[in-house]
Amino acid sequence: MIQLIVFLPLLAAIVAGFGNRAIGNVPAKIVTTAALFASCLLSWPIFLGFMAGTSSATVEPLLNFIQSGDMNVAWSLRVDALTAVMLVVVTSVSALVHLYSWGYMDEDPDQPRFFAYLSLFTFAMLMLVTANNLVQMFFGWEGVGLASYLLIGFWFRKPSASAAAIKAFVVNRVGDLGFMLGIFGTFLVFGTVSIPEILAAAPGMAGSTIGFLGYRFDTMTVLCLLLFVGAMGKSAQLGLHTWLPDAMEGPTPVSALIHAATMVTAGVFMVCRLSPMFEMSPVALTVVTSVGAATCLFAATCGLVQTDIKRVIAYSTCSQLGYMFFAAGVGAYGAAMFHLFTHAFFKALLFLGAGSVIHAMHHEQDMRYYGGLRKKIPVTFWGMMAGTLAITGVGIPGIFGNTAFGFAGFHSKDAIIEASWAAGQPGVWFVGVLVALLTSFYSWRVMFLTFWGKPRWAASEHIQHALHDAHGHDDHAHDAHHVDDHHANPAKAEDAGHAPHDHHDAVHAPAEGDGGYHPHESPLPMLIPLIVLSIGAVLAGFVFHGYFIEPSAGEEFWKGALAFREHLMHEMHGVPLIIKLSATIAMLLGLLTAWYAYIKNPSFPGKVIEQFGVLYDFLLHKWYFDELYDLIFVRPAFAIGRFLWHRGDEKTINRFGPDGSAWLVQVGARVAGRFQTGYLYTYAFVMLIGLTAAVTWAIGLY
Amino acid sequence: MTGFPILSVLIAVPMIAAIACLFVSANTARMLALAATLIDFVLGIMLWMNFDIGGAQWQFVEHAPGIFGPFGWSLGIDGFALMLIMLSVFLMPICIGASWRSITTRVPEYMAAFLFTEVLMIGTFAAQDLFLFYVFFEAGLIPMYLIIGIWGGANRIYASYKFFLYTLLGSVLMFIAMLYMAKTAGTTSIPALLNYDFPAHVQTWLWLAFFASFAVKMPMWPVHTWLPDAHVQAPTAGSVILAGVLLKLGGYGFLRFLLPMFPEASGQLTWLIFGLSAVAVIYTSLVALVQSDMKKLIAYSSVAHMAIVTIGLFAFNRQGIEGAMIMMLSHGLVSGALFLCVGVIYDQLHTREISRYGGLAINMPRYAIFFLFFTMASIGLPGTSGFVAEFLSLMGTYQVSTWTALLCTTSIILGAAYMLYLYRRVVFGEIKSDEVRGMVDLSAREFWLLAPIAAVVLWMGVYPESFLAPMRKDVSVLLARVDRAKPASDSNPTAGKPATVHEAAHGEAH
Repeated sequence: MIQLIVFLPLLAAIVAGFGNRAIGNVPAKIVTTAALFASCLLSWPIFLGFMAGTSSATVEPLLNFIQSGDMNVAWSLRVDALTAVMLVVVTSVSALVHLYSWGYMDEDPDQPRFFAYLSLFTFAMLMLVTANNLVQMFFGWEGVGLASYLLIGFWFRKPSASAAAIKAFVVNRVGDLGFMLGIFGTFLVFGTVSIPEILAAAPGMAGSTIGFLGYRFDTMTVLCLLLFVGAMGKSAQLGLHTWLPDAMEGPTPVSALIHAATMVTAGVFMVCRLSPMFEMSPVALTVVTSVGAATCLFAATCGLVQTDIKRVIAYSTCSQLGYMFFAAGVGAYGAAMFHLFTHAFFKALLFLGAGSVIHAMHHEQDMRYYGGLRKKIPVTFWGMMAGTLAITGVGIPGIFGNTAFGFAGFHSKDAIIEASWAAGQPGVWFVGVLVALLTSFYSWRVMFLTFWGKPRWAASEHIQHALHDAHGHDDHAHDAHHVDDHHANPAKAEDAGHAPHDHHDAVHAPAEGDGGYHPHESPLPMLIPLIVLSIGAVLAGFVFHGYFIEPSAGEEFWKGALAFREHLMHEMHGVPLIIKLSATIAMLLGLLTAWYAYIKNPSFPGKVIEQFGVLYDFLLHKWYFDELYDLIFVRPAFAIGRFLWHRGDEKTINRFGPDGSAWLVQVGARVAGRFQTGYLYTYAFVMLIGLTAAVTWAIGLY
Repeated sequence: MTGFPILSVLIAVPMIAAIACLFVSANTARMLALAATLIDFVLGIMLWMNFDIGGAQWQFVEHAPGIFGPFGWSLGIDGFALMLIMLSVFLMPICIGASWRSITTRVPEYMAAFLFTEVLMIGTFAAQDLFLFYVFFEAGLIPMYLIIGIWGGANRIYASYKFFLYTLLGSVLMFIAMLYMAKTAGTTSIPALLNYDFPAHVQTWLWLAFFASFAVKMPMWPVHTWLPDAHVQAPTAGSVILAGVLLKLGGYGFLRFLLPMFPEASGQLTWLIFGLSAVAVIYTSLVALVQSDMKKLIAYSSVAHMAIVTIGLFAFNRQGIEGAMIMMLSHGLVSGALFLCVGVIYDQLHTREISRYGGLAINMPRYAIFFLFFTMASIGLPGTSGFVAEFLSLMGTYQVSTWTALLCTTSIILGAAYMLYLYRRVVFGEIKSDEVRGMVDLSAREFWLLAPIAAVVLWMGVYPESFLAPMRKDVSVLLARVDRAKPASDSNPTAGKPATVHEAAHGEAH
């Protein structure tokens, strides 16, 4: 069964990818979507089995992979509670995204390729989550990286898309460097790459030291930190996050599936999968916590000021991943996985909702040109509303002894915030609460700018373009492909990798008015996923929180699939009332601020920007990370490359090597000029004679 | 298979065909060359099928003493040689196919040169006599020299000259060392020499002499500058065979001579190999990043990949050596295929300038898929042969030196950067010129040249066991031989302290 779940998407990808134009759009879409729905339907019973406590961890061997002495790697599929969670997340979101893409990509000329990539991604992701050894995990890890590269660069004619694709791949490779060294070190220490064997042996390595780069460190700290570098790359944590916002160049369904719900959570999954290892290194856990908290805060601040709807959600994703990491760092692995689980639903929902808005607005992504869409696209509005309620964590805290009830994010995010307090990390708790406020603000900002207020579409070039095109052919996909038209104006914020060129006071500059354009609600294939995910965003937290984080139920559910700290989960319930309420209060404050700034007094943001121009610029430029990296990595790499090529190879090695000897030969040639004919065969002939002479001499030695 | 001199036949078939080629017309020469290489490929498969995995170390041994005076015609292969012979016979028909249309002048001579190369390659890998090896090894220069010099690009004379100068320098030193060895050990039999212990101080000199030759062939930094020029000037098939097989002679030499014959010297000079390799990885990767000529870029990437071979070999452990061997096979296939990919578009536009292309995915989708696949294999994506190679080799290295492993693992970042940057400029984007718009997708011939390589790359990436199994026993033999000289690891993890464990568990329970 698990074989079917994993390999159906691969099979579908092969059929759609290689069949491509030969089989046509519709069959390719049917094959891939059907395969994913089948995988999804097969996955839920596995998850339910673990919930009911009737299933236990199994490993299905497939084939030998690499056997090199002690290094024994097999292709196999592992299913335990942790895998089961990921299975339902991956296959459900993927199936819905496939369906959604029927509508979103309807007018694209290259649909089989798109669906093949989506299915290929799903296969790689499933290989990752079912890995029983680190090498197969790495296979899936890189496989999703490939799919991500292909999908970000799907509209390969757009220079910004192919640039973003390379950036994503290369930055991820920086993380993979750490992952690979981590695997090498793990093999060196444990003599195996099998995850269960490593986890079983990990406790015995406490207090051990290891040499690394000439110094000696605590063994488990070295291994965990190396592996964590990999997780940082894939999950876009601070320092290695720069690829994620640019990845929004890909089609929106891709952003929903890969860059929100599944692939970017692989790092969190890895830390949870290897949690018994991380448990052995307090230093590594501190690093995980710090990096998570820093990313959480950093990304949220960037999200505050972005004007591209997808970029706001991208930074939001980055920030929520930070939550998951610091949850893992304080030892609340269950809470980390819980947030991963709920986040997958509501963030996919938000992205697909944003996609629906973009679809309705003729590929306009700048929120400054939205407004008043509530009535025009009601289903999308209510879907995004559910997503926003979920991500901001709206709910009724269980302070009167009753059971808490709220939207998905309420259960999972509050659990993380409470856990950080219970783990004795008030600093982290503070960051968590602060970011809850920021999350609430930027999420509502999206809602208010998009759905409330008066229409501001008239100024949008995309809309104007649509109006002009209306009598010709209304081909959206063609739109996305026509780079010349769309990127003629450099001020468009969707140009990845380019600094936004907006003026400070431009936030509300676009004139009001709909310019005669009437947005339409998206077609049914796009609305169904929104509705299904909305249900998830409403209920996922309440229904499942017992299994993920309740002390005894959690222990039973996870069955050792991750290092479940029952003790910490107990203490979470005992945190002071103010701590329990803190996240909710922060959420309300954020909502209130957003309401004041974007509904009550729309001139307010402009004033703030005028007052704090420097800070605004700093945030708008995402803390200048891209500029910094360009300055210290990209440019020097090219400069050094050029230097080594011209100065090293040509001016030094060649000059003193072959060219130098050539010069010597030339001098010699003046002496022996008459023997130099300049013809190749003469040289070859002389060589042969020399060879023969040498051999004869050798024979003569005997 | 007893009694049937299959190795001699493998050598004789292309030899006879090469001579015959010189007396026939262009078309007949093409057919003849293709037939001969295909026959050799079939013979190669028979060789592999009949190879007794885990059996005797030397198989298919042939010995005819006295043909060449004191040293004889003695052939025989082990797993390493088998794999490299397979690589040669697999790539040869593809090379002939790649030259089918693009070579129009002096076709008979061209085909003869290729067939002669095949003779010499197989001979080098199968030779069991020191001097027989030397003759094959050095004579391999001649046809390649001619291929570059006659059928090469505009600057072919300079390139062939450089190629010749570099390789000659090493050869002289190696030849002197061989003479000394033959005299001291009293035998020229390679299997015998493999177990002969030279005094440690002599080993160092012999090691350096051999190293001079193999390092150039490899090529290692800083004696690599002949390679970019040779590749750029060579015709497509010349590049394929140069990258695919000729570069493997250096690695094979390290494996066959340096390590087992001079283990002590190898152990002592590991630092030199590690140092040069680490420099090579970073240096040549950065240089590859700024190339504007496609072939030069791939040539520089070859130097970086070959550095992964050398560190793996000198890791003195199973993962390292097996990884190095897989890297040689993988690189032979992948960079060969990449050169074919360059050839496909070179044949249409007659330029290797990257900036002249762009947007090929639009009118050449099948080409774009193959090019992407080989690009990914080149940067070691798991599922392709490149990953298995890189992973094992670096894993072996990590066990010896974490610094070297760290520096060389940067190749996964830099490699991705230069290859994807190349791919982006050639395949992505809009079509910029009419000449590019007029380009056509892979022909059936080109498709069937690339498809078999892709299949093997995938096979080696998903189930490398087929390729590891024949070499497993030979690695054991080699390891047993060099174990005494193994360099110390810089990791040395200490045992854990169970007491702490107990405390931790205790603390958590409350």
